[in-house]
Amino acid sequence: MKSKNQILLFSIVLILITLVLMFYKVKYLNFPLFADDTTNIWNIQAKITFEPKENESAIISLALPSKQSKLLILNEESTSADYGYSTNKLHGVKKAIWSKREVKDKKEQVLYYSIDVIKDNYYKTKIPKIKQENENVEVSKPIIQAANSLLNNIYPKSADSITFTSLLIKEFNKKEPSQAANMIQNNFMKTQKEKRDTLIKLIKRMKYKARTVGVLYLKDKQRNVNLTPMLEVYKDGKWYLYDIDKGLVGNSSNIFIWQRGTQFLLDAEGVNNSSVKFSVIKNIVPARSAALMKDTKNQSALLDFSLFTLPNASQNTFKLLLLVPLGALVVVFMRVIVGLKTSGTFMPILLSMAFIETHLVPGILMFILVVTMGLFVRSYLSHLNLLLVARISSVLIVVVAIMAFVAILSQKLGLSYATSITFFPIIILSWTIERMSILWEEEGAKEVFIQGSGSLTVSILAYFAMTNSFLSFITFNFPEVLLAVLGVIILLGRYSGYRLSELYRFKSMVD
Amino acid sequence: MFANPFKLKERGILGMNNRNINFIGKYNNRKNFPLVDNKLKTKQIAQKHNIAVPELLGFIEYQVQINNFKHYIKNENGFVIKPAQGSGGKGILVITKTVGNKFIKPNGVELGYSDIKRHISNILSGLYSLGGKNDIAVFEKLVDFDDAFNGFSYEGVPDVRVIVYRGYPALAMMRLSTSNSDGKANLHQGAVGVGIDISTGKALNAVQFGDPIKIHPDTKKDLKELKIPYWKDILYLAAKCYEMTDMGYLGADIVIDKHLGPLVLELNARPGLAIQIANDLGALNRFNEIDKVAGKHLTVEEKVNYSSSNF
Repeated sequence: MKSKNQILLFSIVLILITLVLMFYKVKYLNFPLFADDTTNIWNIQAKITFEPKENESAIISLALPSKQSKLLILNEESTSADYGYSTNKLHGVKKAIWSKREVKDKKEQVLYYSIDVIKDNYYKTKIPKIKQENENVEVSKPIIQAANSLLNNIYPKSADSITFTSLLIKEFNKKEPSQAANMIQNNFMKTQKEKRDTLIKLIKRMKYKARTVGVLYLKDKQRNVNLTPMLEVYKDGKWYLYDIDKGLVGNSSNIFIWQRGTQFLLDAEGVNNSSVKFSVIKNIVPARSAALMKDTKNQSALLDFSLFTLPNASQNTFKLLLLVPLGALVVVFMRVIVGLKTSGTFMPILLSMAFIETHLVPGILMFILVVTMGLFVRSYLSHLNLLLVARISSVLIVVVAIMAFVAILSQKLGLSYATSITFFPIIILSWTIERMSILWEEEGAKEVFIQGSGSLTVSILAYFAMTNSFLSFITFNFPEVLLAVLGVIILLGRYSGYRLSELYRFKSMVD
Repeated sequence: MFANPFKLKERGILGMNNRNINFIGKYNNRKNFPLVDNKLKTKQIAQKHNIAVPELLGFIEYQVQINNFKHYIKNENGFVIKPAQGSGGKGILVITKTVGNKFIKPNGVELGYSDIKRHISNILSGLYSLGGKNDIAVFEKLVDFDDAFNGFSYEGVPDVRVIVYRGYPALAMMRLSTSNSDGKANLHQGAVGVGIDISTGKALNAVQFGDPIKIHPDTKKDLKELKIPYWKDILYLAAKCYEMTDMGYLGADIVIDKHLGPLVLELNARPGLAIQIANDLGALNRFNEIDKVAGKHLTVEEKVNYSSSNF
C-alpha cells in the first residue's frame, strides 16, 4: 500500500512539474500552445536623407531609442553604403554616428537604421535619466500674464503633477478654450512640436519635472512619418507619458518612444537638407520564433538548455524521437487497459514509425503484402531444414527483395509513394514474419491473425498519436511533457483493475 | 458484450493486471524465476527435494551434440523433447511410439530423424525460449498415464494444474488435450479445462475456449464423471513445490503415471487465469481466505489439510 502511495505521489509530482514548466513557458516566455499562433514583430526604420557638400567631411548622428518596458528591441541594423558607422553615448542618450571624410557623390545620400520591436509584457527596464535643459525664450508681458492667470486657475484644482498636467492639456484642447489659453495657443502652438514645448514650459513654471519625447505608433504600413511629439511628467520616481491632445496615456504598449529629452534627433555636419523619416511595418512571425528571439535577449536558463540550442539536423531527429514516448503510451494503454494482444511489445511503435515514413495507407498495404509474401517464402524455407539464424537471415534477404520488387512495380505503375518503403525496418519485418510463421505452425492461423491485427491496430493508433500535429508540436516545444507521459505510464503500470478484454473473457462467469 | 467490472470484482475474479502486480510481483521473487522457468533446473532441484518428476533421459546443449539424441532414446518407446526455457507449451514434441526409423506423434503423424534433429536445433537456437536466448533441449521419459483418464483425454497426456498460493493449494483443474490441442494441455490451444474440487478431487465443471461444455469434444465422455486418483498426494506434491521454489503464486502441473503415481511435470511462475472459468470461481475469494490464515500453518500437511477441509 505504501509503495502504491509513493507511486501515486511520484506520478503526480511529475505531472505537476510538467504543468508548472509549461505554464511558465506559455505565460512568461510567451511560448505558443498551438502551432499556428503568430505574433507581430514591428520593424521600425529610420531613413536619413541629406545632400553632401562637395569635398567636405560629413558626420551624421542620430539619437537612438533606449530600452523600454514591455517592448523589446531585437535587431539593430544600419545600412550605410560606404560610411563609417559607430555608436556613442552622450548624456545618457545612445547615438548612431555615420561619418565620411570626403563625399564625392553629389547625389542625395540615404542612410538607414532599423530595429525590430516585439511586445513582451514581462520585460521591464528603468527609464533612463535624461536631463531636460531649459531654453529661455523672450516672451512678451501679456503672454506671461495670460500664462499666470491660466496656471492660477488650474493649479488649485489639481493635486499633483499628474492631475495638473492632465488639466492643463484638457484646457488647451477644449472646444472653447479660455481667453488666456487661446492667446497662448495662437502665439506659441502653431505646430504640435511647439505645443508640446510650450506645455512643458508651463508645467515647469509650477516646478514640476517634465521632458519631451518623440514617439512612433506601432501601426502597420506607416511610411515617411515623423516622430509624434509627446511629453513625460515625473512623479514619485516614475515618468508618466502624455499625449498632448488626449492627456495621460494609459496603455503605452502601442507606442514606441524613440527620443527623450532636448537633444536633437538628428545632427548633421557638413551636409545640407538633412532629414529623418520613419517607417513602421508589421511582420507576422510564428509565436515560437518570436519567443525564441525574445529569449536571446532575456536569456532564460530554461531555454538555454532546450532542444532549440541543437543544430537543425539533430532537432529534426529529436522531433521524431520525442514522439516515441507517445507511441509507448499508446502501447501501454492498449496492453494494460484494453488488453490487446500484439506480437512483440514495441513492434507496434517501430511499425508506426515506419508508417510515418511511408504514410498510413500505403504503409499498411505494404505491411500486409510483405508479411503475407514473407510467410509463403518462410513456409518454403522450413522445408529446407535450416538453422534458425540462417533461416531468419534468408527471410531478411527475401524481405529486401520483396520490398525492392514492390518499389519498382509501384514506380512503373506511377505510385511514387511506395518507393519510400525502403525505410521500413527490414529486420523487424523479418522477425515478424519468422514469429508469425512459428505462431502459425504452433497455434494456427487464428492466432497469427489475432496477434497480427492487434499489432496493426496498436501501430495505427500509435501512428495517429505520433502524427497528430498538436501533439508533435507540444512534445517538441515542451519536451517536459515527457515527464507527464512518464507519470501517466507509471500510473498505468500500477493499474490492477480489469482489462477491457477480460470483461469480455470472464463475461460467462457473472451472467 | 462486456461484463460489469464491479460484478466481476464481487465474484472475486482475478484479472491479469491484478495478478501481475499484486501476486506475481509481490510473492514471486525475480531471482527464483530461473528455477521455475528452466525445466532442467526444476527437475534437478525437485530430485533434491524428493519431489517426484518424470525421468530425465538427457539433455542437449550444443548443436554439435544433436546426433547424440539417439543415445538418449534408444531404450525408450515414447519420449518427450522440450525446451528447458519454453513457455506456454511451445516447442514440446511428444513421441508416443518408435517404429524403426519413424517417430510417431500422438496424432499419428510420422516424423523422421531429420525432423527430430531440426526440432532440437530450433530449440537450441532459442526459437521457443523467452526472449530468444539459446536454450537446452531436454529429453524426458514419456509418462504412461493412469487408466483413470481413459476416454477423458485425446492423444495426449492429461495433467492437473494446481494453483498454490503462499503454500496452500487454492484452485485446481484438469487439463485434457483434444484434437485441437495436438496432444498438448494448454487451454488457449484448445485443451479442455475441468475445474476440480480441492476437497474431493472430483470434477466441478468444464470449459473449452472459454465456453462451458459437458462432454469431451473428441471422446464424447461425460466430464462430470472425472475423479482424480491420488488426490491428497497431488495436493501434497503441489504444496511442496512452494517450499522448494519459495514462490508465493505458483502453478504446479502434475501428471499421474500408471506405475509411479503423481509426478510434477513442470512449474509455472505465471499461471493463467482460465482456471477461474473452469472452476466457475473467482480466485481472489480463495486468496483472501488464505491471507487470513497464512502463517498459522507451518507444515505442508497442515496447509494441505486446511485447503482440503475449507475449499
